[in-house]
Amino acid sequence: MGFAPSAADMTGSVVPAGTDAVYLPADHTAVKIVVAGPFAVGKTTLVRSVSEIRPLHTEEVMTSAGALVDDLVGAAAKSTTTVALDFGRHTLPHDLVLYLFGTPGQRRFRALWDDIAVGALGAVVLVDTRRLEDSFEAMELIEERGLPYVVAVNCFPGAPSYPVVRLRQALDLHPDTPLVACDARDTTSCVDALIALVTHLIAHYAEDPA
Amino acid sequence: MSGPHSPGRRLVPAYLATAGSARPSRNTVDRITIVAGASRDVPEGLGPAQHRIAQLLQSGSLTVVEVAAYLRLPVSVVKVLVSELVDSGHLLARAPVPPAGRYDRQLLERVLSGLRAVRG
Repeated sequence: MGFAPSAADMTGSVVPAGTDAVYLPADHTAVKIVVAGPFAVGKTTLVRSVSEIRPLHTEEVMTSAGALVDDLVGAAAKSTTTVALDFGRHTLPHDLVLYLFGTPGQRRFRALWDDIAVGALGAVVLVDTRRLEDSFEAMELIEERGLPYVVAVNCFPGAPSYPVVRLRQALDLHPDTPLVACDARDTTSCVDALIALVTHLIAHYAEDPA
Repeated sequence: MSGPHSPGRRLVPAYLATAGSARPSRNTVDRITIVAGASRDVPEGLGPAQHRIAQLLQSGSLTVVEVAAYLRLPVSVVKVLVSELVDSGHLLARAPVPPAGRYDRQLLERVLSGLRAVRG
């Protein structure tokens, strides 16, 4: 995973890091969308397809109890584990920059969810028709946080395709929750899934200034 | 996914990078808070990790999560360090859209029209 800075790294005695950093244009405002789903459902691929920069990742330090390590001193005594989190960004017209966070959909990462979901516009939940139930945990984590979402069926070659009605039934979707097909390798297809999410937000969540 | 460093245990514990501070001095720092150097010069007298952050942000703006990724530091650590650098006037921070304002119709319309433009 290429994390674990060396001692030299931490003391700054190596070549300045981040020389390949792609800086943000001035005066932009950041918004974020969560890309969720089980292992190997295509989260990283989707983030990569949409990102205008080389997708980056952070290593998130978790305690064995599933808490994000905020209390760094106390954490020294706990057993910790790290999870790699992919993210990407795309600058939009109108001075906005969109961040996509690929977020593992397992309950043991809930502390990570608490941190990432705050202020997020919504989520795209990826599902694989060969293992629909693997996405349920991600959907629950999102619903618990009151985050609006769309479900995107990542069309893997050879995966069975089902009628929309049956899929909605199997996923137990709210009638308003959009269900879209998506090829995570295809930028346009991924942007369409994001458009479906934002259209859904405008239809059901938009607030007019008081 | 593999960087220039071989995987292994972190040699310098994260809590040393923050000189013992465990929590950000301001809880408004989000992973997508945009930060930039307040002046063209890298300030003197900073700790090693803060020096690297200031150096990285001397040339432009990045979000907290990008700083963490480029410098290979945990996001929680970067939040603490960035908070201190903002408090001491070394960095300028631009907050993301606040949770209460994220469903502002105008904002959502801007995002939608932006995505449509990307789609072409």
